[in-house]
Amino acid sequence: MTKPLKQIHLAAHFPGVNNTTVWSDPRSGSHIDFSSFAHLARTAEGAKFDFLFLAEGLRLREQNGLIYDLDVVGRPDTFTVLAALAAVTDRLGLAGTINSTFNEPYEVARQFASLDHLSAGRAAWNVVTSWDAFTGENFRRGGFLPQDQRYSRARAFLETTWELFDSWRGDEIVADKETGQFLTDPEPGTFERADQHFDIRGQFNVPRSPQGRPVIFQAGDSDEGREFAASSADAIFSRHGTLEDGQAFYSDVKGRLARYGRGREELLILPAATFVLAGTDDEAAELAQEVRLQQVSGQTAIKFLEQLWNRDLSGYDPDGPLPDVDPVPGENTVSRGRASVRMHRDPVAIAAQWRAKAEAENLSIRELIIEVTGRQSFIGSPATVAGQINTLVQADASDGFILVPHITPGGLDEFADTVVPILQERGVFRADYEGTTLREHLGLTPLPSGAALSRADRAAS
Amino acid sequence: MLLISTAHRRSERLEIMSAASSPWHLAVALDGAGWHPAAWREPRARPDELFHAGYWVDLIQEAERGLLDFVTIEDGLGLQSSRPFERDGRTDQVRGRLDAVLIAARVAPLTSGIGLVPTAVVTHTEPFHLSKAIATLDYVSTGRAGLRVQVTARPHEAAHFGRRTLPALDLADRSSQQVRDLVEELFTEAGDYVEVVRRLWDSWDDDAEIRDAATGRFIDRDRLHYIDFEGDHFSVRGPSITPRPPQGQPIVSALGHASVPYRLIARSADVGFVTPRDAGHAAAIVAEIRDAQEAAGRGGDAVHVFADLMVFLDEPGGETGAERKARLDELAGYPYASDATVFTGTAAALADLLQDWQASGLSGFRLRPGAIPQDLHAITSGLVAELQRRAAFRHSYESGTLRGLLGLSRPANRYAMGGTRP
Repeated sequence: MTKPLKQIHLAAHFPGVNNTTVWSDPRSGSHIDFSSFAHLARTAEGAKFDFLFLAEGLRLREQNGLIYDLDVVGRPDTFTVLAALAAVTDRLGLAGTINSTFNEPYEVARQFASLDHLSAGRAAWNVVTSWDAFTGENFRRGGFLPQDQRYSRARAFLETTWELFDSWRGDEIVADKETGQFLTDPEPGTFERADQHFDIRGQFNVPRSPQGRPVIFQAGDSDEGREFAASSADAIFSRHGTLEDGQAFYSDVKGRLARYGRGREELLILPAATFVLAGTDDEAAELAQEVRLQQVSGQTAIKFLEQLWNRDLSGYDPDGPLPDVDPVPGENTVSRGRASVRMHRDPVAIAAQWRAKAEAENLSIRELIIEVTGRQSFIGSPATVAGQINTLVQADASDGFILVPHITPGGLDEFADTVVPILQERGVFRADYEGTTLREHLGLTPLPSGAALSRADRAAS
Repeated sequence: MLLISTAHRRSERLEIMSAASSPWHLAVALDGAGWHPAAWREPRARPDELFHAGYWVDLIQEAERGLLDFVTIEDGLGLQSSRPFERDGRTDQVRGRLDAVLIAARVAPLTSGIGLVPTAVVTHTEPFHLSKAIATLDYVSTGRAGLRVQVTARPHEAAHFGRRTLPALDLADRSSQQVRDLVEELFTEAGDYVEVVRRLWDSWDDDAEIRDAATGRFIDRDRLHYIDFEGDHFSVRGPSITPRPPQGQPIVSALGHASVPYRLIARSADVGFVTPRDAGHAAAIVAEIRDAQEAAGRGGDAVHVFADLMVFLDEPGGETGAERKARLDELAGYPYASDATVFTGTAAALADLLQDWQASGLSGFRLRPGAIPQDLHAITSGLVAELQRRAAFRHSYESGTLRGLLGLSRPANRYAMGGTRP
């Protein structure tokens, strides 16, 4: 018996504020104007993608004490753009990154429940945590959260919002004009939560939304982050997009689900992926090299190096060899507001690896940085790229991909026009939407509501 | 700097008096099925759709067909109640609402002329988040965004956030010193909040994005500004993550019934909503706000004062507004009273009243339709046509931005270096 073909899930990531996005290209449009967001969303919906994804950052990045100016800087508010996109799309899921540290559960729950209503069931939330005082300087609380509490707060935050989402069962509003009864329940939305992080109670004021609650994404990669995802998330936005690395991550995370009484299909693994397309594989390879050179200028290469080395390296020649000096250990004082920097857990070891690689392959600083940061996930003709994507999904390296175009806003157009039809022809990607909600697109079972929710509550308590 | 801002103020003042913008300004305040608590039971009401996007799109497009300056959208951080400061447990009135900023954003791409002014509670929320949300609303509406700020002293709403405890006072007792202190504190905080929101809107120069291929720089970081606000309730460093919005400064508005909120309007707002009983009262309120403007150093700034009115309008050849209100009062079980003056009658009689009141220094009105769709439709067709006949209202949108509709020029950036760049 052959294993049935897995269906691929695809999403579009609005190009972000990092060097993946090539702003110097003449085709590069605004990163702020709504027309750019609408363009990408319409392309993604035309190609029957599962969802569009927006990242978020709550403080402009700084390097050496100055606002970082080499990449795209600035972005609009996540919720506001997603609500507006709901007006120009019909089926596309609308996923936004929202921080659980510099927000309060009541407000975030209102916003996601409202977005889910206003999009008729298409909202998703990528829950991120941060703890840094740097970002905290923009908020009432300041940098109040010790690093080791960020997952505990994130978990409490998420659980609290779930309590708020579930505080309306979905059958309270009858709006009977004849009898004058609007509600069946005089105290709808009643909730109470008291734990280490939150001490709140009262009534939630947004009725139950079409999906019950937004689809939950998680992006953290640490052991704690994976456990958090296995317990609570519907999908992981992962960084592990290659075959071996992807398979290892996939089996690790899917293996954690049983502990929480969840099936393997209840958590999707969706790595971020970049791509370069051309008529032939050779042309694509050539184009990919050009794009990498645009993405990693000499200046950018030095900045990358400084982020790992945690020291000023402005005197180094990007076309020369790597520094002999080692990174400065401890808190990163050179680069602030950048999540990738926090993922460098052992900078000295990584620097040694990079130096060895540069020496073995005779790479300059810029060439090395291109090698370690700039390789596109998929390079080739449409048929080649479709094949690569399908192979990875069928081999359980992922359940699909979140595609990050390098041009705003037209960078997904060619993929939609050329790769998607091939995947559809092979029967591994939907030819049309079958459902209306994002949960349906992702194959997730609907959440209980109404009387069933009350029964589930009783069973759980 | 001083000279520049004085000249700018003078030009703004001239413009507000010029014929470029409509002589009168008209807004509607949207809330659920209408402001009367029994409005949802009207035969043409759509209470099943209050949580659907299509309902709000229909309402705001209707307001846009009437060429209104803007709509406001009510909001709150707790369930609605027939009691001002506590919950009521009633099941016979509309309860629950969607986030007003997101409703406005959802409607923005489907409208092109009307201003969108959602309500936001400032007592428990973050100025950084709200500033970028309204800036973004300005982007998605290409320059039609505003904000109506609101405070809340309700202890049960504070408990939804758990960040501060508001004292359990008899908030209706205006003679209590504790109540007065609390109100003063909340409105002072609101003023600080608007200050932060406005500074963040200006924290990017309009030309900060340079895309200079020669130097590899996307922005000129010297054209971005830390705002470094420090206050009793929050400190905010900035800059915003969102570039300066199309209008530069979207419209800020607030509703006030007494001196403390009048001072917030005078210190912080572009539009104040007030609730006069008659023309003489309106004149007194306008005078108080003008004095407070002088005291706040904003004497030269254009601050619109709009009177709020609750309206139940006669349907031509059909039910009168008074009959509708009486019928709805009967359904609600009590006569509906409002903080705003309640008007019942014909569109022409309402136009007369507006004309009478406007002479006392008001520049516009925010009408609260008693029942939707009847009273909204009576405003957008009957009243607007009547005002147009009297040459008191626009025949088409004369500007693509809300500031433009209100006769306000695009303000200079408080941080930009005057005169150093063209």
